[in-house]
Amino acid sequence: MSKYILRRILLTIPVVLGILVVTFVIARSIPGDPCRSALGERATEAACNAFNARMGLDKPIIVQLGIYMREILLKGDFGDSIRYSRPVSQMIIERLPVTLELGLSALFIAILVGVPMGVISAVRRNSAVDVATMVGANIGVSMPVYWLGLMLAYVFAILLKDTPFWLAPTGRLTAGLIPDAFYQVWGLGLTRGTTLYMLADFVSNFVFLNALITGQWDVFVDAFRHMILPAIALSTIPLSIIARITRSSMLDVLGREYVRAARAKGVAENLVILKHALRNALLPVITVIGIQVGTLFAGAVLTETTFGLSGVGRALFDAITGRDFPIIQGFTVVVALGYVIVNLLVDISYAYIDPRIRLR
Amino acid sequence: MTTNIEAVVPAPADALRSRSLAALTWRRLFKQRNAIVGMAILLFLTLVAIFAPLLAPYDPVQSLLGIETLKEREAPCIHMLGCPEDKPQHIMGIDANYRDVFSRIIYGTRVSLFIGFSTIGMAVVVGAVIGAVSGYLGGWVDNLIMRLMDVVLAFPSFLLAIAIITVIGRGLQNALYAIAIVNIPVFARLVRASVLSIKEQEFVSASRALGASNLRLLFVRIFPNALPTLVVQATLSIAAAILEAAALSFLGLGAQPPTPEWGTMLGSERNQVFTAPHLVFFPGLAIMLTVLAFNLLGDGVRDAMDPRLAQVAKK
Repeated sequence: MSKYILRRILLTIPVVLGILVVTFVIARSIPGDPCRSALGERATEAACNAFNARMGLDKPIIVQLGIYMREILLKGDFGDSIRYSRPVSQMIIERLPVTLELGLSALFIAILVGVPMGVISAVRRNSAVDVATMVGANIGVSMPVYWLGLMLAYVFAILLKDTPFWLAPTGRLTAGLIPDAFYQVWGLGLTRGTTLYMLADFVSNFVFLNALITGQWDVFVDAFRHMILPAIALSTIPLSIIARITRSSMLDVLGREYVRAARAKGVAENLVILKHALRNALLPVITVIGIQVGTLFAGAVLTETTFGLSGVGRALFDAITGRDFPIIQGFTVVVALGYVIVNLLVDISYAYIDPRIRLR
Repeated sequence: MTTNIEAVVPAPADALRSRSLAALTWRRLFKQRNAIVGMAILLFLTLVAIFAPLLAPYDPVQSLLGIETLKEREAPCIHMLGCPEDKPQHIMGIDANYRDVFSRIIYGTRVSLFIGFSTIGMAVVVGAVIGAVSGYLGGWVDNLIMRLMDVVLAFPSFLLAIAIITVIGRGLQNALYAIAIVNIPVFARLVRASVLSIKEQEFVSASRALGASNLRLLFVRIFPNALPTLVVQATLSIAAAILEAAALSFLGLGAQPPTPEWGTMLGSERNQVFTAPHLVFFPGLAIMLTVLAFNLLGDGVRDAMDPRLAQVAKK
């Protein structure tokens, strides 16, 4: 097992290097002169030469690639944003938690609703519930997330206005509500700029987590009310897929001998379904959940744009329209790395579940 | 003796009916509820696309300002639902440029179907060639190509499409290329896997022994065997491609106004959802219906081509 894991980890190294190279190539292929876009149209030749020398742009392209890889791999330094003149890593610290919270909330909903729906569908096969679930799942995978988001926003912000069900259509928190970071509340007295401070800052940007551990309930409720619509919109596709997989996997398992045996020895039907069948049926579901992370990343760009959340996806989109190359590079690398890590975990869990894979 | 022979040789009608796997698959396909619904929707959409000029009451890009008395982003006016008869009927309302939304939705069918087929068509052709070469040659060529495909697959496809558009510029045509590119690895892997599993089989060795060229082996012996999986994947990929293209257009990276593209229509009016929801509602509904049709058809084709799966489903 450990041998398999080690081999699988080693195999991701070329992929990670490939990602860095591809991102570098993409960023360098974007039309436009970095000097003129930073210093302005009328920058003189001398000024540009100085700028290029300072930025290392006068070096051969292969050396630039080397420097770029060294900075990222050894120092985690993605350079400074052109538009905001701030380190890209600082922006990742601010924005990655928003996207992670959105993605995890959506995944939470998808699992919490999708798995029971799939189980009920399989148990009550061909019933009205089953047909409705499967039709719903088919519609769910076909729905544009941003459209569902806008429609939800319309229903909950306009049609349900002045009712207790009203929900805000944009933002992470109500404007003006600024939560206290846990390291301030606890008086940890961290110095700005240190790695520990950056780490604490990163953690405190998870609004739910921060509110929970410091007991700021008003913030927690407010964050919840803002997160619910985007999370629902983002969850539809994974939810539908999870429901479908759970159903077919349950159907497969329910026809197995050991389920018949359990029934024959008189185990209560609920116990047969939950303990004997579901536990075994969940294995393919876990794999699919891992695969859906990619969908969530893509959906996050659209959902964040629709609901005005300043997460990674939104920042990436803004950077692309604003041609802010360091942000494009940095954020693309972070997203792709996250994707690689999830795939790695899926593969490992797969091998853990199915011993045949390890031996291949 | 004669009776024996008659018993062995099947009657002509039977021979005709069981002639090909394709015919069998077709028959099974028509027993799939999903596939029938999908095909029905698709047929409807195709007819709408073909007869768009006849069905659309207005020109999709022409502004009606000054031609009719209208308000900007006017809500739908349907005579049957009590809209005054003296007002011209606009069953999906009017957009910000005084255009008839219904006509734009109808013409949008053409754009979306074109997007789906052209992107996946490109991806299938390029992917199949790459996969076939890779699987057939093996060795370091195979290794290099497949690692490259791994890298492409390491990016969430939608983000990669956005990145590609950043380089080659926005617009419908470039969005099509971007979506085609991110779809290549899936087909390359599929064809490569088929080639690997088939190339060592005896009928291929036999062909080779008879002196068939590499190209002939590839196209006559190997490709036809990879076709079923390709068709299923392609149908499902078309659904995803339409969804992705619409999303790119929604973000303003794909089709540009005034092209009657559903994602563009939705994206350009997304801030008006609170005042004119019909401008967001109808394009989204159209996208969903089209994607749904391909998804249903893809599921149906997969089940029809895999009798084992169909059996399980019936259990």
